[in-house]
Amino acid sequence: MRSIGYLLIGIFFGIVMFKSEAASWFRIYEMFQFQSFHMYGIIGSALFIGVIGIQIIKRKNIKSFFGQQITFIPKEKSFSRYMYGGIIFGLGWALAGACPGPIFTLIGAGFMPILIVFAGSLLGTFLYGLLRKKLPH
Amino acid sequence: MEWIFEPWPWYVSGPLIALIMFLLIFIGKGFGMSSNLRTMCTLCGADSRSDFFDFDWKTQRWNLIVVIGAIIGGFIGANFLSNDLSVAINPETINTLQELGFKSAGEAYLPTELFTWEAVGGIKALIILLVGGILIGFGARYAGGCTSGHAISGLSNLQLPSLIAVVGFFIGGLVMVHLLFPIIF
Repeated sequence: MRSIGYLLIGIFFGIVMFKSEAASWFRIYEMFQFQSFHMYGIIGSALFIGVIGIQIIKRKNIKSFFGQQITFIPKEKSFSRYMYGGIIFGLGWALAGACPGPIFTLIGAGFMPILIVFAGSLLGTFLYGLLRKKLPH
Repeated sequence: MEWIFEPWPWYVSGPLIALIMFLLIFIGKGFGMSSNLRTMCTLCGADSRSDFFDFDWKTQRWNLIVVIGAIIGGFIGANFLSNDLSVAINPETINTLQELGFKSAGEAYLPTELFTWEAVGGIKALIILLVGGILIGFGARYAGGCTSGHAISGLSNLQLPSLIAVVGFFIGGLVMVHLLFPIIF
């Protein structure tokens, strides 16, 4: 039953990514050129609602659909891993024009060369796993 | 209902992304796509090479189902919910891109100069897509999240680490587009 829920949320997410054009290489390039409000509007409005919603959940102690406590695990405190990792991710995001969610969306949309980006992202994840202990975190 | 076949404006798309995050929170999960790449590495046997991949992948099965959904959603969006796939970016951006050699700017969803098999056969596009992917996968895991995990979920929860990561995303993106693109293209 829950699996169907996850599948429907994923389908909904894929449609939103495609129709919002957040999965378009051109929109990412335009964003980094500061020549359109579109991407900033998407992220900004999602955040506006997200920040308010999470504050309400925390303050009113709202329970999950299944009556359980909703817990938000705080991210581990650090600077280097977030800054260095972030910069490396940003370089890839701008070059390939897709972040991980849209990579999957674009496979479904039929732009098959995105499979090369997908393979690269698996390889990059694997390389991180191999080098993790040698990197500053 | 004709609007549904047009590109969705930011004030529709952004709130829908927030809705997706809240649906996952209320099921007791979280919104984060790049962690699936780690799970897939584990499924491919990477756990024998690094303990980073040595975890019970079944705890992440739900997220893999979201991925399958995202693929199906992309298919539906492109094939049943769109009349015209071209992305109407800023005419100034189109000019800049055409000077860089992207003739498809303003006329396609993705640049045909990178995302067609014909282009990939030219090797340069193949290397660009592969390197782009490697940076995405490596950077997302190093930073502990991508756009969904940090820029949406983390910032919504007012996490300073996520703000540092998002500043990093933008430093990387700006360096790529403004300093490296003129060299690459």
